[in-house]
Amino acid sequence: MANYMQLLSFGDSGWGDELARGVLVTVTLALATLPLGLLIGFLIAVAKNSSEPLLRNAAHVYTTIFRGLPELLTLFLIYYGGQMAMSALWRLLFGTPFEINSYLAGMIALALVFSSYASEVFLSAFKGITLGQYEGAYALGLSRSRTMLLVILPQLVRLALPGLSNLWLNLLKDTSLVSVIGLSDLLRNTNIAVGVTKQAFFFFFVACSLYLVMSIISSFGLRRVSAWAERGEGRR
Amino acid sequence: MAYVDAPSTERPPAAARRRWTGARVIGLLLMVLWALLGVSIVYMLIVGYDPEKVAKYGPRIVQGIWVTLHLVTMSLLLGAVISIPVAAGRMSANPVIGGIAFGYSYFFRGTPLLAQTFLVYYGAGQFTDALKAVGLWVFFRDAYFCAVLTFSLNTAAYQAEILAGAIRAVPAGQWQAADSLGLRHFTTMRKVILPQALITALRPYGNEVILMIKASAIASIITVLDLMGQTRYVFSKTYDLQVYIWAAVIYLATVEVLRRLWELMERRLTRHLRR
Repeated sequence: MANYMQLLSFGDSGWGDELARGVLVTVTLALATLPLGLLIGFLIAVAKNSSEPLLRNAAHVYTTIFRGLPELLTLFLIYYGGQMAMSALWRLLFGTPFEINSYLAGMIALALVFSSYASEVFLSAFKGITLGQYEGAYALGLSRSRTMLLVILPQLVRLALPGLSNLWLNLLKDTSLVSVIGLSDLLRNTNIAVGVTKQAFFFFFVACSLYLVMSIISSFGLRRVSAWAERGEGRR
Repeated sequence: MAYVDAPSTERPPAAARRRWTGARVIGLLLMVLWALLGVSIVYMLIVGYDPEKVAKYGPRIVQGIWVTLHLVTMSLLLGAVISIPVAAGRMSANPVIGGIAFGYSYFFRGTPLLAQTFLVYYGAGQFTDALKAVGLWVFFRDAYFCAVLTFSLNTAAYQAEILAGAIRAVPAGQWQAADSLGLRHFTTMRKVILPQALITALRPYGNEVILMIKASAIASIITVLDLMGQTRYVFSKTYDLQVYIWAAVIYLATVEVLRRLWELMERRLTRHLRR
Protein backbone atom coordinates (compact mmCIF):
# COMPACT_ATOMS: atom_id res chain seq x y z
CA MET A 1 0.00 0.00 0.00
CA ALA A 2 2.75 2.44 0.99
CA ASN A 3 4.46 1.35 -2.21
CA TYR A 4 1.45 2.44 -4.25
CA MET A 5 1.17 5.73 -2.40
CA GLN A 6 4.81 6.32 -3.26
CA LEU A 7 4.03 5.70 -6.95
CA LEU A 8 1.32 8.35 -6.87
CA SER A 9 3.29 10.93 -4.92
CA PHE A 10 4.20 14.25 -6.45
CA GLY A 11 7.81 14.99 -7.27
CA ASP A 12 10.64 12.97 -8.76
CA SER A 13 9.86 9.61 -7.22
CA GLY A 14 6.15 9.47 -8.00
CA TRP A 15 3.84 9.94 -10.93
CA GLY A 16 1.22 12.09 -9.23
CA ASP A 17 2.32 15.32 -10.89
CA GLU A 18 2.49 13.71 -14.35
CA LEU A 19 -1.02 12.34 -13.96
CA ALA A 20 -2.28 15.69 -12.67
CA ARG A 21 -0.78 17.43 -15.69
CA GLY A 22 -2.47 14.83 -17.90
CA VAL A 23 -5.83 15.54 -16.26
CA LEU A 24 -5.28 19.22 -16.93
CA VAL A 25 -4.60 18.59 -20.63
CA THR A 26 -7.66 16.33 -20.89
CA VAL A 27 -9.94 18.87 -19.23
CA THR A 28 -8.63 21.87 -21.16
CA LEU A 29 -8.90 20.00 -24.45
CA ALA A 30 -12.53 19.09 -23.72
CA LEU A 31 -13.30 22.64 -22.56
CA ALA A 32 -11.63 24.14 -25.63
CA THR A 33 -13.57 21.83 -27.93
CA LEU A 34 -16.94 22.51 -26.30
CA PRO A 35 -17.67 26.07 -27.56
CA LEU A 36 -16.46 25.21 -31.06
CA GLY A 37 -18.58 22.05 -31.17
CA LEU A 38 -21.62 23.82 -29.76
CA LEU A 39 -21.36 26.66 -32.26
CA ILE A 40 -20.93 24.38 -35.30
CA GLY A 41 -23.63 22.04 -34.02
CA PHE A 42 -26.05 24.93 -33.55
CA LEU A 43 -25.39 26.29 -37.04
CA ILE A 44 -25.84 22.82 -38.56
CA ALA A 45 -29.14 22.44 -36.68
CA VAL A 46 -30.34 25.81 -37.99
CA ALA A 47 -29.39 24.67 -41.50
CA LYS A 48 -31.28 21.39 -41.03
CA ASN A 49 -34.29 23.38 -39.86
CA SER A 50 -34.20 25.62 -42.90
CA SER A 51 -36.92 25.62 -45.55
CA GLU A 52 -34.22 25.56 -48.20
CA PRO A 53 -33.63 21.97 -49.38
CA LEU A 54 -30.07 22.63 -50.56
CA LEU A 55 -29.05 23.90 -47.14
CA ARG A 56 -30.79 20.97 -45.40
CA ASN A 57 -29.05 18.43 -47.60
CA ALA A 58 -25.64 20.03 -47.08
CA ALA A 59 -26.17 19.78 -43.33
CA HIS A 60 -27.32 16.17 -43.55
CA VAL A 61 -24.21 15.18 -45.50
CA TYR A 62 -22.09 16.64 -42.70
CA THR A 63 -23.90 14.67 -40.00
CA THR A 64 -23.89 11.44 -41.98
CA ILE A 65 -20.14 11.62 -42.47
CA PHE A 66 -19.04 12.54 -38.98
CA ARG A 67 -21.52 10.35 -37.16
CA GLY A 68 -20.67 7.37 -39.36
CA LEU A 69 -16.89 7.50 -39.12
CA PRO A 70 -15.11 6.02 -36.12
CA GLU A 71 -13.78 8.86 -33.94
CA LEU A 72 -10.30 7.40 -34.20
CA LEU A 73 -10.42 7.45 -37.99
CA THR A 74 -11.64 11.07 -38.03
CA LEU A 75 -8.73 11.94 -35.78
CA PHE A 76 -6.20 10.22 -38.07
CA LEU A 77 -7.74 11.77 -41.18
CA ILE A 78 -7.47 15.24 -39.66
CA TYR A 79 -4.01 14.63 -38.23
CA TYR A 80 -2.32 12.98 -41.23
CA GLY A 81 -4.50 14.53 -43.93
CA GLY A 82 -4.19 17.96 -42.35
CA GLN A 83 -0.46 17.44 -42.02
CA MET A 84 -0.10 16.57 -45.70
CA ALA A 85 -2.39 19.32 -46.98
CA MET A 86 -0.89 21.98 -44.74
CA SER A 87 2.70 21.06 -45.48
CA ALA A 88 2.00 21.11 -49.23
CA LEU A 89 0.43 24.54 -48.82
CA TRP A 90 3.20 25.79 -46.55
CA ARG A 91 5.91 24.64 -48.93
CA LEU A 92 4.15 26.43 -51.74
CA LEU A 93 3.79 29.65 -49.74
CA PHE A 94 6.87 29.84 -47.53
CA GLY A 95 9.12 27.01 -48.63
CA THR A 96 9.39 25.71 -45.06
CA PRO A 97 8.10 22.42 -43.61
CA PHE A 98 5.02 22.51 -41.44
CA GLU A 99 4.31 20.53 -38.30
CA ILE A 100 0.64 20.16 -37.39
CA ASN A 101 -0.12 20.60 -33.74
CA SER A 102 -1.62 17.43 -32.25
CA TYR A 103 -3.62 19.54 -29.80
CA LEU A 104 -5.22 21.45 -32.68
CA ALA A 105 -5.83 18.28 -34.71
CA GLY A 106 -7.47 16.66 -31.68
CA MET A 107 -9.58 19.71 -31.06
CA ILE A 108 -10.80 19.88 -34.66
CA ALA A 109 -11.57 16.15 -34.87
CA LEU A 110 -13.43 16.14 -31.54
CA ALA A 111 -15.36 19.28 -32.53
CA LEU A 112 -16.44 17.65 -35.81
CA VAL A 113 -17.75 14.59 -33.98
CA PHE A 114 -19.32 16.58 -31.14
CA SER A 115 -21.03 19.05 -33.46
CA SER A 116 -22.60 16.39 -35.65
CA TYR A 117 -24.21 14.79 -32.59
CA ALA A 118 -25.04 18.17 -31.06
CA SER A 119 -26.84 19.24 -34.23
CA GLU A 120 -29.26 16.33 -33.77
CA VAL A 121 -29.86 17.34 -30.16
CA PHE A 122 -30.49 20.96 -31.16
CA LEU A 123 -32.73 19.84 -34.01
CA SER A 124 -35.01 17.85 -31.74
CA ALA A 125 -35.01 20.76 -29.30
CA PHE A 126 -36.11 23.04 -32.16
CA LYS A 127 -39.03 20.69 -32.74
CA GLY A 128 -40.06 21.21 -29.12
CA ILE A 129 -40.60 24.94 -29.68
CA THR A 130 -44.01 25.77 -31.09
CA LEU A 131 -44.53 27.95 -34.13
CA GLY A 132 -46.48 30.39 -31.95
CA GLN A 133 -43.24 31.49 -30.31
CA TYR A 134 -41.87 32.66 -33.66
CA GLU A 135 -45.21 34.22 -34.66
CA GLY A 136 -45.51 36.01 -31.34
CA ALA A 137 -42.01 37.42 -31.67
CA TYR A 138 -42.60 38.55 -35.25
CA ALA A 139 -45.90 40.14 -34.20
CA LEU A 140 -43.97 42.15 -31.62
CA GLY A 141 -41.77 43.39 -34.45
CA LEU A 142 -38.60 41.53 -33.52
CA SER A 143 -36.26 40.81 -36.39
CA ARG A 144 -35.40 37.23 -37.30
CA SER A 145 -32.02 37.32 -35.61
CA ARG A 146 -33.38 38.94 -32.45
CA THR A 147 -36.21 36.39 -32.35
CA MET A 148 -33.63 33.62 -32.49
CA LEU A 149 -31.39 35.21 -29.90
CA LEU A 150 -33.96 36.50 -27.38
CA VAL A 151 -36.92 34.15 -27.75
CA ILE A 152 -35.87 30.82 -29.24
CA LEU A 153 -32.35 30.31 -27.92
CA PRO A 154 -33.20 30.59 -24.19
CA GLN A 155 -35.89 27.91 -24.61
CA LEU A 156 -33.63 25.84 -26.82
CA VAL A 157 -30.96 25.68 -24.13
CA ARG A 158 -33.42 24.23 -21.65
CA LEU A 159 -34.70 21.62 -24.11
CA ALA A 160 -31.28 20.65 -25.42
CA LEU A 161 -29.49 20.48 -22.09
CA PRO A 162 -30.12 16.80 -21.21
CA GLY A 163 -28.83 15.68 -24.61
CA LEU A 164 -25.89 18.05 -24.49
CA SER A 165 -24.95 16.80 -21.02
CA ASN A 166 -24.58 13.30 -22.41
CA LEU A 167 -22.51 14.63 -25.28
CA TRP A 168 -20.20 16.46 -22.87
CA LEU A 169 -19.58 13.22 -20.96
CA ASN A 170 -18.86 11.47 -24.27
CA LEU A 171 -16.51 14.26 -25.26
CA LEU A 172 -14.61 13.88 -22.00
CA LYS A 173 -14.14 10.19 -22.75
CA ASP A 174 -13.30 10.73 -26.41
CA THR A 175 -10.40 13.01 -25.49
CA SER A 176 -8.53 9.85 -24.49
CA LEU A 177 -8.12 9.10 -28.22
CA VAL A 178 -5.72 12.02 -28.69
CA SER A 179 -3.16 10.09 -26.64
CA VAL A 180 -2.68 8.02 -29.81
CA ILE A 181 -1.41 11.00 -31.81
CA GLY A 182 1.03 11.90 -29.09
CA LEU A 183 -0.72 14.53 -27.00
CA SER A 184 0.27 14.21 -23.32
CA ASP A 185 -3.21 13.77 -21.94
CA LEU A 186 -4.10 11.66 -18.93
CA LEU A 187 -4.00 8.35 -20.78
CA ARG A 188 -0.67 8.98 -22.48
CA ASN A 189 1.01 10.04 -19.26
CA THR A 190 -0.41 6.92 -17.66
CA ASN A 191 1.10 4.89 -20.47
CA ILE A 192 4.48 6.46 -19.81
CA ALA A 193 4.17 5.71 -16.10
CA VAL A 194 3.33 2.09 -16.94
CA GLY A 195 6.29 1.84 -19.27
CA VAL A 196 8.65 2.88 -16.49
CA THR A 197 7.11 1.21 -13.44
CA LYS A 198 5.52 -1.91 -15.07
CA GLN A 199 2.52 -1.44 -12.75
CA ALA A 200 0.02 -1.60 -15.61
CA PHE A 201 -3.12 -2.64 -13.79
CA PHE A 202 -2.61 -0.20 -10.96
CA PHE A 203 -1.96 2.81 -13.15
CA PHE A 204 -4.70 2.14 -15.67
CA PHE A 205 -7.10 1.61 -12.80
CA VAL A 206 -6.06 4.98 -11.38
CA ALA A 207 -6.55 6.56 -14.81
CA CYS A 208 -10.03 5.04 -15.10
CA SER A 209 -10.88 6.31 -11.62
CA LEU A 210 -9.70 9.80 -12.55
CA TYR A 211 -11.95 9.74 -15.62
CA LEU A 212 -14.82 8.63 -13.36
CA VAL A 213 -14.10 11.49 -10.95
CA MET A 214 -14.12 13.93 -13.85
CA SER A 215 -17.49 12.67 -15.03
CA ILE A 216 -18.92 12.74 -11.49
CA ILE A 217 -17.80 16.34 -11.05
CA SER A 218 -19.27 17.15 -14.47
CA SER A 219 -22.57 15.58 -13.48
CA PHE A 220 -22.75 17.83 -10.43
CA GLY A 221 -21.88 20.86 -12.53
CA LEU A 222 -24.43 19.93 -15.17
CA ARG A 223 -27.12 19.53 -12.54
CA ARG A 224 -26.44 23.12 -11.45
CA VAL A 225 -26.62 24.28 -15.06
CA SER A 226 -29.90 22.49 -15.66
CA ALA A 227 -31.36 23.93 -12.46
CA TRP A 228 -30.36 27.34 -13.81
CA ALA A 229 -31.87 26.63 -17.23
CA GLU A 230 -35.15 25.50 -15.69
CA ARG A 231 -35.36 28.38 -13.23
CA GLY A 232 -38.50 29.71 -14.91
CA GLU A 233 -40.25 26.37 -15.03
CA GLY A 234 -41.46 25.94 -11.46
CA ARG A 235 -43.50 29.12 -11.41
CA ARG A 236 -45.86 28.12 -14.17
CA MET B 1 -62.77 18.12 -47.82
CA ALA B 2 -63.21 21.82 -48.51
CA TYR B 3 -66.10 22.56 -50.76
CA VAL B 4 -66.43 25.87 -52.59
CA ASP B 5 -69.96 26.53 -53.86
CA ALA B 6 -69.60 30.03 -55.26
CA PRO B 7 -67.09 30.43 -58.04
CA SER B 8 -64.20 32.38 -56.64
CA THR B 9 -63.39 35.68 -58.21
CA GLU B 10 -59.84 35.40 -57.01
CA ARG B 11 -57.24 34.31 -59.46
CA PRO B 12 -55.25 31.31 -58.42
CA PRO B 13 -52.06 32.50 -56.75
CA ALA B 14 -49.12 32.74 -59.07
CA ALA B 15 -46.63 29.96 -58.55
CA ALA B 16 -44.18 31.23 -55.97
CA ARG B 17 -41.02 32.20 -57.73
CA ARG B 18 -37.97 30.75 -56.09
CA ARG B 19 -35.88 33.69 -55.13
CA TRP B 20 -32.20 33.76 -54.41
CA THR B 21 -32.47 34.01 -50.66
CA GLY B 22 -29.39 34.06 -48.46
CA ALA B 23 -30.13 30.54 -47.23
CA ARG B 24 -30.30 29.30 -50.79
CA VAL B 25 -26.99 30.85 -51.77
CA ILE B 26 -25.25 29.43 -48.71
CA GLY B 27 -26.89 26.05 -49.31
CA LEU B 28 -25.73 26.00 -52.90
CA LEU B 29 -22.21 27.02 -51.90
CA LEU B 30 -22.02 24.30 -49.28
CA MET B 31 -23.36 21.68 -51.68
CA VAL B 32 -20.79 22.75 -54.26
CA LEU B 33 -18.14 22.47 -51.56
CA TRP B 34 -19.26 18.94 -50.68
CA ALA B 35 -19.40 18.00 -54.37
CA LEU B 36 -15.87 19.36 -54.88
CA LEU B 37 -14.66 17.40 -51.89
CA GLY B 38 -16.35 14.24 -53.16
CA VAL B 39 -15.03 14.69 -56.68
CA SER B 40 -11.50 15.38 -55.46
CA ILE B 41 -11.58 12.26 -53.29
CA VAL B 42 -12.81 10.13 -56.20
CA TYR B 43 -10.19 11.77 -58.44
CA MET B 44 -7.50 11.09 -55.88
CA LEU B 45 -8.56 7.45 -55.63
CA ILE B 46 -8.61 7.04 -59.44
CA VAL B 47 -5.34 8.83 -60.14
CA GLY B 48 -3.63 7.22 -57.21
CA TYR B 49 -4.89 3.77 -58.18
CA ASP B 50 -1.84 1.56 -58.10
CA PRO B 51 -2.48 -2.06 -59.13
CA GLU B 52 0.70 -3.15 -57.42
CA LYS B 53 -0.32 -1.69 -54.07
CA VAL B 54 -3.87 -2.97 -54.40
CA ALA B 55 -2.60 -6.47 -55.16
CA LYS B 56 -0.18 -6.29 -52.25
CA TYR B 57 -2.36 -4.65 -49.60
CA GLY B 58 -5.92 -5.25 -50.86
CA PRO B 59 -6.22 -8.71 -49.28
CA ARG B 60 -5.03 -7.26 -45.96
CA ILE B 61 -7.86 -4.72 -45.98
CA VAL B 62 -10.43 -7.38 -46.86
CA GLN B 63 -9.12 -9.52 -44.03
CA GLY B 64 -9.34 -6.50 -41.75
CA ILE B 65 -13.01 -6.08 -42.61
CA TRP B 66 -13.66 -9.68 -41.59
CA VAL B 67 -11.80 -9.26 -38.33
CA THR B 68 -13.81 -6.11 -37.55
CA LEU B 69 -17.12 -7.83 -38.32
CA HIS B 70 -16.15 -10.86 -36.26
CA LEU B 71 -14.96 -8.71 -33.37
CA VAL B 72 -18.15 -6.64 -33.36
CA THR B 73 -20.48 -9.64 -33.66
CA MET B 74 -18.74 -11.56 -30.89
CA SER B 75 -18.70 -8.54 -28.58
CA LEU B 76 -22.35 -7.69 -29.18
CA LEU B 77 -23.53 -11.27 -28.61
CA LEU B 78 -21.40 -11.80 -25.51
CA GLY B 79 -22.41 -8.36 -24.28
CA ALA B 80 -26.08 -9.24 -24.75
CA VAL B 81 -25.61 -12.35 -22.60
CA ILE B 82 -23.78 -10.43 -19.87
CA SER B 83 -26.30 -7.60 -19.99
CA ILE B 84 -29.17 -9.83 -18.81
CA PRO B 85 -27.94 -10.33 -15.23
CA VAL B 86 -26.75 -6.72 -15.11
CA ALA B 87 -30.17 -5.47 -16.20
CA ALA B 88 -31.81 -7.76 -13.66
CA GLY B 89 -29.49 -6.28 -11.02
CA ARG B 90 -30.32 -2.72 -12.11
CA MET B 91 -34.02 -3.46 -11.52
CA SER B 92 -33.53 -5.46 -8.35
CA ALA B 93 -35.15 -4.22 -5.15
CA ASN B 94 -32.17 -5.50 -3.17
CA PRO B 95 -29.90 -2.48 -2.55
CA VAL B 96 -26.69 -4.56 -2.53
CA ILE B 97 -27.36 -6.23 -5.88
CA GLY B 98 -28.68 -2.96 -7.29
CA GLY B 99 -25.57 -1.16 -6.07
CA ILE B 100 -23.22 -3.68 -7.64
CA ALA B 101 -25.04 -3.52 -10.98
CA PHE B 102 -25.06 0.28 -10.81
CA GLY B 103 -21.34 0.35 -10.04
CA TYR B 104 -20.59 -1.95 -12.97
CA SER B 105 -22.69 0.10 -15.32
CA TYR B 106 -21.29 3.40 -14.04
CA PHE B 107 -17.68 2.27 -14.35
CA PHE B 108 -17.98 0.99 -17.91
CA ARG B 109 -20.07 3.90 -19.11
CA GLY B 110 -18.09 6.57 -17.31
CA THR B 111 -14.57 5.68 -18.44
CA PRO B 112 -13.11 5.74 -21.94
CA LEU B 113 -13.16 2.45 -23.81
CA LEU B 114 -9.51 2.96 -24.69
CA ALA B 115 -8.55 3.13 -21.01
CA GLN B 116 -10.61 -0.01 -20.28
CA THR B 117 -8.89 -1.83 -23.13
CA PHE B 118 -5.48 -0.87 -21.77
CA LEU B 119 -6.58 -1.92 -18.29
CA VAL B 120 -7.46 -5.42 -19.49
CA TYR B 121 -4.69 -5.93 -22.05
CA TYR B 122 -1.70 -4.41 -20.27
CA GLY B 123 -3.16 -4.86 -16.81
CA ALA B 124 -3.32 -8.62 -17.33
CA GLY B 125 0.42 -8.56 -17.90
CA GLN B 126 0.91 -7.62 -14.27
CA PHE B 127 -0.73 -10.89 -13.19
CA THR B 128 1.07 -13.16 -15.64
CA ASP B 129 2.03 -15.74 -13.00
CA ALA B 130 -1.42 -15.96 -11.46
CA LEU B 131 -3.05 -16.22 -14.88
CA LYS B 132 -0.57 -18.89 -15.96
CA ALA B 133 -1.36 -20.85 -12.80
CA VAL B 134 -5.07 -21.01 -13.66
CA GLY B 135 -4.41 -21.57 -17.37
CA LEU B 136 -5.97 -18.33 -18.55
CA TRP B 137 -2.76 -16.72 -19.77
CA VAL B 138 -3.26 -18.14 -23.27
CA PHE B 139 -6.30 -15.92 -23.57
CA PHE B 140 -4.98 -12.76 -21.98
CA ARG B 141 -1.79 -12.93 -24.03
CA ASP B 142 -3.93 -12.54 -27.12
CA ALA B 143 -4.83 -8.94 -28.02
CA TYR B 144 -7.89 -10.08 -29.96
CA PHE B 145 -9.31 -11.92 -26.96
CA CYS B 146 -8.67 -8.93 -24.71
CA ALA B 147 -10.45 -6.67 -27.19
CA VAL B 148 -13.49 -8.99 -27.32
CA LEU B 149 -13.56 -9.22 -23.53
CA THR B 150 -13.33 -5.46 -22.97
CA PHE B 151 -15.84 -4.61 -25.69
CA SER B 152 -18.28 -7.22 -24.37
CA LEU B 153 -18.06 -5.88 -20.83
CA ASN B 154 -18.43 -2.33 -22.14
CA THR B 155 -21.40 -2.95 -24.41
CA ALA B 156 -23.02 -5.10 -21.71
CA ALA B 157 -23.21 -2.02 -19.49
CA TYR B 158 -24.92 0.00 -22.23
CA GLN B 159 -27.19 -2.87 -23.30
CA ALA B 160 -28.21 -3.45 -19.68
CA GLU B 161 -29.32 0.18 -19.40
CA ILE B 162 -31.27 -0.13 -22.67
CA LEU B 163 -32.93 -3.34 -21.54
CA ALA B 164 -33.74 -2.14 -18.03
CA GLY B 165 -35.07 1.15 -19.37
CA ALA B 166 -37.28 -0.60 -21.91
CA ILE B 167 -38.68 -3.01 -19.32
CA ARG B 168 -39.39 -0.12 -16.95
CA ALA B 169 -41.21 1.67 -19.77
CA VAL B 170 -43.80 -1.11 -20.05
CA PRO B 171 -46.90 0.16 -18.21
CA ALA B 172 -47.57 -1.41 -14.80
CA GLY B 173 -51.04 -2.40 -15.98
CA GLN B 174 -49.45 -5.11 -18.11
CA TRP B 175 -47.96 -6.69 -14.99
CA GLN B 176 -51.23 -6.41 -13.10
CA ALA B 177 -53.23 -7.87 -15.97
CA ALA B 178 -50.86 -10.82 -16.24
CA ASP B 179 -51.01 -11.28 -12.46
CA SER B 180 -54.78 -11.34 -12.47
CA LEU B 181 -54.68 -13.98 -15.21
CA GLY B 182 -52.57 -16.08 -12.87
CA LEU B 183 -49.42 -16.07 -14.98
CA ARG B 184 -46.20 -16.84 -13.20
CA HIS B 185 -43.56 -14.10 -12.93
CA PHE B 186 -41.25 -15.77 -15.44
CA THR B 187 -44.04 -16.39 -17.95
CA THR B 188 -45.23 -12.80 -17.61
CA MET B 189 -41.73 -11.58 -18.31
CA ARG B 190 -41.21 -13.83 -21.32
CA LYS B 191 -44.63 -13.65 -22.94
CA VAL B 192 -45.99 -10.25 -21.95
CA ILE B 193 -43.31 -7.80 -20.88
CA LEU B 194 -40.27 -8.67 -23.00
CA PRO B 195 -42.03 -8.63 -26.40
CA GLN B 196 -43.25 -5.12 -25.68
CA ALA B 197 -39.99 -3.97 -24.12
CA LEU B 198 -37.87 -5.22 -27.01
CA ILE B 199 -39.90 -3.14 -29.46
CA THR B 200 -39.07 -0.03 -27.43
CA ALA B 201 -35.46 -1.14 -27.21
CA LEU B 202 -35.11 -1.73 -30.94
CA ARG B 203 -33.89 1.74 -31.83
CA PRO B 204 -31.38 2.11 -28.99
CA TYR B 205 -30.08 -1.38 -29.78
CA GLY B 206 -29.50 -0.30 -33.36
CA ASN B 207 -27.59 2.74 -32.13
CA GLU B 208 -25.51 0.50 -29.90
CA VAL B 209 -24.59 -1.75 -32.84
CA ILE B 210 -23.42 1.27 -34.81
CA LEU B 211 -21.50 2.68 -31.84
CA MET B 212 -19.82 -0.70 -31.40
CA ILE B 213 -18.71 -0.82 -35.04
CA LYS B 214 -17.18 2.62 -34.63
CA ALA B 215 -15.64 1.83 -31.27
CA SER B 216 -14.09 -1.39 -32.59
CA ALA B 217 -11.48 0.77 -34.32
CA ILE B 218 -9.93 1.17 -30.87
CA ALA B 219 -8.82 -2.47 -30.98
CA SER B 220 -6.21 -1.44 -33.54
CA ILE B 221 -4.32 0.40 -30.81
CA ILE B 222 -3.58 -2.83 -28.94
CA THR B 223 -2.23 -4.39 -32.17
CA VAL B 224 -5.42 -6.17 -33.29
CA LEU B 225 -5.36 -6.18 -37.10
CA ASP B 226 -8.96 -5.20 -37.71
CA LEU B 227 -9.91 -2.84 -40.57
CA MET B 228 -8.38 0.10 -38.69
CA GLY B 229 -5.33 -1.94 -37.70
CA GLN B 230 -4.63 -3.07 -41.26
CA THR B 231 -5.20 0.49 -42.45
CA ARG B 232 -2.66 1.78 -39.98
CA TYR B 233 -0.23 -0.95 -41.02
CA VAL B 234 -0.58 -0.16 -44.73
CA PHE B 235 -0.24 3.57 -44.03
CA SER B 236 2.96 2.97 -42.07
CA LYS B 237 4.35 1.00 -45.05
CA THR B 238 3.23 3.24 -47.92
CA TYR B 239 2.67 6.62 -46.25
CA ASP B 240 -0.24 6.95 -48.69
CA LEU B 241 -3.31 8.74 -47.34
CA GLN B 242 -5.54 6.89 -49.81
CA VAL B 243 -5.77 3.91 -47.52
CA TYR B 244 -7.37 6.06 -44.81
CA ILE B 245 -9.88 7.33 -47.35
CA TRP B 246 -10.71 3.76 -48.32
CA ALA B 247 -11.15 2.83 -44.69
CA ALA B 248 -13.43 5.83 -44.19
CA VAL B 249 -15.52 4.82 -47.21
CA ILE B 250 -15.83 1.24 -45.92
CA TYR B 251 -16.79 2.30 -42.39
CA LEU B 252 -19.30 4.84 -43.69
CA ALA B 253 -20.84 2.36 -46.10
CA THR B 254 -21.12 -0.31 -43.38
CA VAL B 255 -22.73 2.05 -40.91
CA GLU B 256 -25.10 3.55 -43.48
CA VAL B 257 -26.22 0.16 -44.84
CA LEU B 258 -26.75 -1.15 -41.33
CA ARG B 259 -28.71 1.93 -40.31
CA ARG B 260 -31.01 1.59 -43.32
CA LEU B 261 -31.50 -2.15 -42.77
CA TRP B 262 -32.26 -1.55 -39.11
CA GLU B 263 -34.84 1.08 -40.05
CA LEU B 264 -36.52 -1.36 -42.44
CA MET B 265 -36.55 -4.06 -39.78
CA GLU B 266 -37.99 -1.66 -37.24
CA ARG B 267 -40.70 -0.57 -39.62
CA ARG B 268 -41.58 -4.20 -40.33
CA LEU B 269 -41.66 -5.19 -36.66
CA THR B 270 -43.74 -2.21 -35.55
CA ARG B 271 -46.25 -2.30 -38.41
CA HIS B 272 -49.03 -3.33 -36.00
CA LEU B 273 -48.44 -0.16 -33.95
CA ARG B 274 -48.96 2.25 -36.80
CA ARG B 275 -52.31 3.45 -37.94
